[in-house]
Amino acid sequence: MSDSDLLNSNFVAWMDSREGSESDIVISSRIRLARNLQFITFPYFMNAESGNKSMQEIKDAWKNSESELLSAMDLIAFDQTSSLDRQILVEKHLISPEHGLSEEAYRGLLVSKDGSIAIMINEEDHLRIQCLLPGLQMEKCYELAQEIDDELEKSLDFAFDEHRGYLTSCPTNVGTGMRASVMLHLPGIAISGQRTRIFQNINQLGMTVRGLYGEGTEIVGNYVQLSNQITLGQTENEIITNLGIISRQIVEQEKMLRRNLQEEMKYQLEDRVGRAYGILTNARVMSSNEALALLSDVRLGVDLGIIKGISSLVINQLVVAIKPAHLQRRSGGEMEAFIRDVKRAEVIKEILLKSSK
Amino acid sequence: MFCDDCKQKPATVHLTQMANGKKIDMHLCTECAAQKGFLLFDNNKKFSIPNFLGSFLGSDFNLQDVHSLASTSNCSNCGMSFADIRQTGKLGCSECYKAFDTELEPTLRRIHGNSNHVGKIPLRGGERVFLQKEMGELKLELQQAIKAENYEQAAEIRDKIKELEKVINEEGSR
Repeated sequence: MSDSDLLNSNFVAWMDSREGSESDIVISSRIRLARNLQFITFPYFMNAESGNKSMQEIKDAWKNSESELLSAMDLIAFDQTSSLDRQILVEKHLISPEHGLSEEAYRGLLVSKDGSIAIMINEEDHLRIQCLLPGLQMEKCYELAQEIDDELEKSLDFAFDEHRGYLTSCPTNVGTGMRASVMLHLPGIAISGQRTRIFQNINQLGMTVRGLYGEGTEIVGNYVQLSNQITLGQTENEIITNLGIISRQIVEQEKMLRRNLQEEMKYQLEDRVGRAYGILTNARVMSSNEALALLSDVRLGVDLGIIKGISSLVINQLVVAIKPAHLQRRSGGEMEAFIRDVKRAEVIKEILLKSSK
Repeated sequence: MFCDDCKQKPATVHLTQMANGKKIDMHLCTECAAQKGFLLFDNNKKFSIPNFLGSFLGSDFNLQDVHSLASTSNCSNCGMSFADIRQTGKLGCSECYKAFDTELEPTLRRIHGNSNHVGKIPLRGGERVFLQKEMGELKLELQQAIKAENYEQAAEIRDKIKELEKVINEEGSR
């Protein structure tokens, strides 16, 4: 099974920073479409009977589809996976943390070999079609999601109302059912203490800011997820265009602040980057939050050419490789927190030294 | 939806428990929930995301509301009441949107600042919606033509509208 690559390696499509524009600041772009089947109870209230029915319909649609895109995907049913495997999918951003806790046969994931398309089955909605690509490429994500949506719609009766649009479990998603988001790495804005100023009015623009793993997660390692809040009364194109405009403005701000740092605080900046690299390649015990903060500095050093030889792809992989489930997969078993911190320091050292040679 | 325990009364209390990393969902009627000691939040209202969303869906949730609303109509497809929806912040099925259309209207406005969909329409089953959208556009064009005193064009648009009306009526009677 090819999903073993997604479960065993550190790589997934969105990490490939050679693709997509502005990838020194925009880590990845994502489109998520929420779709539901007519009449079947929504997943939140689902029992085994309605769950199996919805899973079966989706399975049939996938199996009978003539689309190459769909038939090249793999189905992972959650009763067939370990909780460690599901946690690995969470850490790679392919499923939500809540979905990772489910272990029913009727919940699962349809995923492409490289992880660029991931359809969560019976999460909060019957289907959540996600497309995740590196850098700023909202339009391409949307095209891909559209293709999957149109293909599935050929055989599935999606719940749709002419006034309310696509009907979703939560009223916050009704209408387009679309959430468009970008993952931004913003050390320049953070170091200059501008984050509050830049993001304080973002809600008024119909956007919202979250941490690495979406809803309810804190901002660590200067990673910020920006997404649309409104799904009703705007077209998909308007949503994407708005998000694109705001993302580009933030990218410009970040670039300007990075230039300022380079020009006015050259020594302090190089010192900070060098120290981060020094700690990461010499420490023996490393917590997840410390690692993320230091990797953010190293990444900034890579982006600005202060550190040479390390690619941002390596940093993207490291950010995921140091998460608990990935560490446990690497060392072949469950580990208590302290042992994980030791293992984490080892992995970082190994990967950084290997790639900077 | 009926109570998981007695399987007789409608489930009004929905619980998600986390134990050893496992998620357990329970749907109980008020009586069974009280028996199991799950009604502690009655006089100890804590802030939670469902409650927060629930308050989007009307007044703050409390048990009195459940009792007073329990008698109003339920969704004919899944049996969910509006009290359930308010409590969880989630709808039960696609048909809940029709059953609670009036109740949801202010909520949708509050969340989105708008309550009408203008985005994508599914290709299948969406023909009627598509035609109606086209009709709306033609009517707008007609108004503009009349305003501009372009009567020749207005007559053409009027004919198109008549034709389209016929098509829509045929679709509807099928």
